[in-house]
Amino acid sequence: MEPLKTLSRWPLLRQFRDGDPLGLGQAAQSERSRNLKPRIDEADHTARSICPFCAVGCAQLVYVKDGEVTQIEGDPASPISRGRLCPKGAASKNMHDGPLREYKVKYRRPYGTSWEELSLDDAMDMIADRIIEARAADWDEQNRRTMSIANLGGATLDNEENYLIKKLCTGLGIVQVENQARI
Amino acid sequence: MNSDCIVIMGSNMAENHPVGFQWVMEARERGAEVIHVDPRFTRTSAMATKFAGIRAGTDIAFLGGIVNYILEHGRWFDEYVKSYTNAPVIIDDKYVDAEDADGLFSGWDPEKKKYSNETWQYMGMEAKASAGQPPKGEQSGHGGHGGGLSHGEPPEEDETLQHPNCVFQILKRHYKRYTPEFVSETCGCSVEDFLYVAEKLCENSGRERTSAFAYAVGWTQHTFGVQMIRAACVIQLLLGNIGRPGGGIMALRGHASIQGSTDIPTLYNILPGYLQMKHTDDAKNLKEYIEENTAPGGWWAKLDTYIVSLLKAWWGPFATEANDYCFDYLPRIDDDNSNYWTVQQMLQGRVKGYIVAGENPAVGSSNGRVNRLALSKLDWLVVRDLVEIETAAFWYDSPEVETGELSPEQIGTEVFFMPASTHVEKDGSFTNTQRLLQWHFKAVEPKEDCRSELWFYYHLGKKIREKLKESQEDRDKPILELQWHYPTSGQIEEPSAEAVIAEISGRDATGQALAAYKLLRADGTTSCGCWIYCGVYAEDENKAARKKPHWEQNYTALEWAWAWPANRRLLYNRASADPDGKPWSERKKLVWWDDEQKKWTGTDTPDFEEEKPPDYVPDDDAEGPDAIRGDHPFIMQADGRGWLFVPQGLQDGPMPTYYEPHESPFDNPLYAQRANPARQVSTVDEDPYNPVANEPGADEYPFVMTTYRLTEHHTAGGMTRFTPYLSELQPAMFVEVHPELARERGLTHGEWATIVTARSAIEARVLVTDRMRPVKVDGRVTHQVGLPYHWGSRGLTTGGSANDLLHLALDPNVHIMETKGLTCDIQPGRRPKGAALAEFVTSKRDRALRARETAPRVEPGSERST
Repeated sequence: MEPLKTLSRWPLLRQFRDGDPLGLGQAAQSERSRNLKPRIDEADHTARSICPFCAVGCAQLVYVKDGEVTQIEGDPASPISRGRLCPKGAASKNMHDGPLREYKVKYRRPYGTSWEELSLDDAMDMIADRIIEARAADWDEQNRRTMSIANLGGATLDNEENYLIKKLCTGLGIVQVENQARI
Repeated sequence: MNSDCIVIMGSNMAENHPVGFQWVMEARERGAEVIHVDPRFTRTSAMATKFAGIRAGTDIAFLGGIVNYILEHGRWFDEYVKSYTNAPVIIDDKYVDAEDADGLFSGWDPEKKKYSNETWQYMGMEAKASAGQPPKGEQSGHGGHGGGLSHGEPPEEDETLQHPNCVFQILKRHYKRYTPEFVSETCGCSVEDFLYVAEKLCENSGRERTSAFAYAVGWTQHTFGVQMIRAACVIQLLLGNIGRPGGGIMALRGHASIQGSTDIPTLYNILPGYLQMKHTDDAKNLKEYIEENTAPGGWWAKLDTYIVSLLKAWWGPFATEANDYCFDYLPRIDDDNSNYWTVQQMLQGRVKGYIVAGENPAVGSSNGRVNRLALSKLDWLVVRDLVEIETAAFWYDSPEVETGELSPEQIGTEVFFMPASTHVEKDGSFTNTQRLLQWHFKAVEPKEDCRSELWFYYHLGKKIREKLKESQEDRDKPILELQWHYPTSGQIEEPSAEAVIAEISGRDATGQALAAYKLLRADGTTSCGCWIYCGVYAEDENKAARKKPHWEQNYTALEWAWAWPANRRLLYNRASADPDGKPWSERKKLVWWDDEQKKWTGTDTPDFEEEKPPDYVPDDDAEGPDAIRGDHPFIMQADGRGWLFVPQGLQDGPMPTYYEPHESPFDNPLYAQRANPARQVSTVDEDPYNPVANEPGADEYPFVMTTYRLTEHHTAGGMTRFTPYLSELQPAMFVEVHPELARERGLTHGEWATIVTARSAIEARVLVTDRMRPVKVDGRVTHQVGLPYHWGSRGLTTGGSANDLLHLALDPNVHIMETKGLTCDIQPGRRPKGAALAEFVTSKRDRALRARETAPRVEPGSERST
C-alpha cells in the first residue's frame, strides 16, 4: 500500500479536510462501508411487477442477476403505493425462493402411504385421462355437463389464467368452478 | 384521498391493507374524520379519530340506526335523493314490510324457505320472472337491474316523497324502530358513540363535503352479508355520497386478483363480464336467454352484443348465426352449484375429480373437517401450489388422521401435487380492488417442474383435445371446436399471456382490436372474451402494462394501468355533477357538462354517454342506454337511479333488516324471526350447529366468536406460513380474550387455551388484552373471542385452524359462509390429543343437543325462540 494514500485515509486528517471536525459524520466511515454497494446495482435487469398478496395492488421492482431474483422492493412510480410495501409484500422474494418451495411433481397413488416421483409430462397425461374418463362416465346429456369434476382457485391467479380455466371448463361441461371470492 | 369522513367497518384496514391505509392517514392529516366501528380494537382503531366497539354481527342494527337518524333529523341530500335515487318511486300496494309481519317480508314461502319478489315491484309493473317462478339462486338475471320496466321510467312516482307507498316513506317506516337506544342495546355500544358517528357522517356529506365507507369480509362473511353492504348503500345514497370524489363504498378485497376472478369468473354462476350462466330451468335458445336476461334500459340492454361476442371468442368460426353462435354448447347450472354445495356433494361421493389451484380449502374453508373428509372421498385430486399445503397432505397429515378417523391406508384418493410458478415467473395481469388491471412482467424462468396456471390449463386442454380428436361424441364437440390456439415461447412452451388478454379485450371481423365495449355487435362480427374488459388491449397497446409515474400525471393517474370499464376510475361519476350537469361544488368537482363543447368532461373519464346532455329526456319507446335520462347517473340500472329499495335481485328482502347471526347468544330484539329466514343451512351430519339464544344447551357455547387476519400472514397461509421472515414475525396461533373472560375461565396470558364449537376444538396461545371488549347486550355482559385463521399443521409455524370451528350456514344471495359472528366456548389448557379430541367435541355437543331436545326444534322461517 502506498504510504501517501494510507496517510490520506487517516481519520484525523479526514476529519479536518472533509469539514467534519468532531468525527461524527463522513470521517467515521470505515473502508467496508465505503465500498458497500446495494445489490440492486449489479442487477442484469429489473422487471416491473405487482405484489401477489392483497388487492391493493402495490407495484414492485424485481431485480434479477444471472437468472435469479436478487431483490424485490416497492416501485415508487405507482400512484397507489408510491414505493411502499407491507411486511408480506416486502417478503415476496422470501416466498419465491423460500426453503419449503416445491420444484418437482409429487404423486400419491390410491391407498399409498408415501409420495412417489412422477414426470411432469406423465402427470399431465394422467390428469387428462382422468378428466376424459370421469366426464364420459358421468355425462348429463340434457344439461351438457358433468357433475363429477370440480375446479377451485383463481383469486391468487392472473386474469389470463382465470380466463383459460373458465373457457376450458365450460368447453368440457365442468360447471363447478369456484374460487376464494366465495370463501 | 378526497374524503372528509371515512367510516371503516367490517375491516381492519391498517393491518390488512396497510399500504392502502396511507391514504386514510393522509386524509386524517388533512383534517378528515376517521371512524372505526368493529368488535375489536385494532391498529385501525388506534389510528382513527373515533372508535365505536360493537358486538360481532350487529352491523345492520348500527347502519339502520344511521338511516333512521338521517331520516328523523332531515339530514338527507334532498336534490340528490329526489333526482338520482328511487326514493320517489311508488311500490306495489301488496308489498308488506318485515316491520308489519314480525320479520318476514311479503312473498315468503315457508315450505320452500324462499321469497317470491312479486310484491316488491314498482307500482304498475310486473316482476320480470313473474310466471310463478321465484328467482333462482343467484340467477335472477340482469332483468333484475330493470325490474319489469317497459322502458326507462317507473310508472308511478311522487316527486314530493309524500305518497305513503313511495320508497322514501317505506324506508322511513322500516327504520323507525332503529333508535339510538335500540342500536346501543343490540350492538352493545354507547348511545353517545353511535350519535357521534351518525352526526359526523351527516356533517361531512352534502354539496361541499363527502364521506366514504370502507369494508372488507367483516361485512361479507355473514348469513346477511349482502344486506350489510346494502345498508351502507342506503346511507350513501341518502347522503349523496355515490359517484362523487371522496364518497363511495370501498370493498377492500383480500387477494391480488379476487376482483379479476369475479370479473372473469372462476365462479359457477356467471360467465365473463357478469353474464348469467344457463340455468337448467330456462333459456331453450339464445333468443330466450337474451330476453330473460336483458334489461329494458341502461347498458344491460346491450347484453345480446356481450354474449354473442363471448361465444365468438370461444367458438370462433364454428359460432354462426345459423347455429345460435354455439349457445347450445354452454352447460347448464342448478340453483346452487357453489363451493360448499360441491363440498357436500363430494362428501357423499358424488364428485370424482378435483383440481385445486392456488387455494387451500383444508385450512381456508369453513368447517375444515367437512372439507378434508370430502377430499378423502375423491377418486383423484390435483393440487397446484408453491409449497406442500395441507390440502395436498390431508391424507397423511390432518386432524382426522390424528384422531384415527382417517388413515392413509383407507384413503383411495389419488393425489397429484404440481408445483406452481410465482408471480415473478410469469407475465399476466391482476385486477385490484379498484377495478384496475395491472400487468406484472416475468422476471425469471420457472425452475424444474414449476409452471404457471396459464401453462397448466393450456397444455391440459391441448392434451385433452388431442386425445379426443377422433371422437364423434356429441359431448366432445364443444371442446374440440373451442378456440384453443395461443402462441407459445421458450423451452417450456409458455403460452403468451398477452395473446390471451388481447382475446379478452376483443376484435372486429378483420382482427383489429376494439377500443370500447360500445363497439360490440350481436351479429357475429365482433369477438370479446369479457365485455367489461373491452379496450384494455387496443391501439396495439396492452394498457394494463402502462406504468407512467404518478408524478407525471394528475391524481386520477389515467395512464397508470387501465380500469374497467373504459378506464373510468370512479363509477357513476355523472353523479358528481348536479342534475343540470354543474359540479355540486367547486371543492367536489370531478365530471361536468361542458355546454360549449356539448359534452361531458372532467378529471376522470366520464361514466356516462359523452354527448348526452343533462336535459335529455327519452321518448316513450326508447330502449337501452337511450332510455336513461340525462340526469340519471346510474347507467347500469334500467331506470338510471340508485336503488334504496331493491325490487329484484335479492333473495332475502328488498331492504336490509336486522337479524341475529345464525349462531348468537341472543334473540332478535325486533322480531320473533331470529335469524335471516332465507339463509342457507347445510344438510350434512358433519355440520352440526350450536344451540343459540335462550335455547337449552346454548350455555355450552356462551361466547361470541369472530375470526380475522394478521398483517404478516395471508389467508390460509400457503404464501406466508412457509416463508421464514413472516413465520418469524408472527410465529404462533393465538386467541384474544378480555382480562375479565380470562379470570372467569382461568386463562393465563401466554399459556394454552382450547376453543370449541359443535364442529371441532382447537388450541391456541392465550393473548389477554382489553382490545377484545365485552359488550353489554340486552342487560347482560357477553364476552367476545377473537381468532386469526391462518394456521394449519404444515409450514414453518403450525397451529390450530380457526376455520375448523366454523359452520356452513350461508348468505342466500352469494353462498358465503358466516365466519365473523358465531358462538363458542373457551377453556384453559391444551386440547385433547388423538381419539380423545373427537370424544371431547362430541360429548360436549351431545350434552348441548340433548338439552335442546327438551325444547321445540328451531327451523329457519318458523323459528320462535322460547
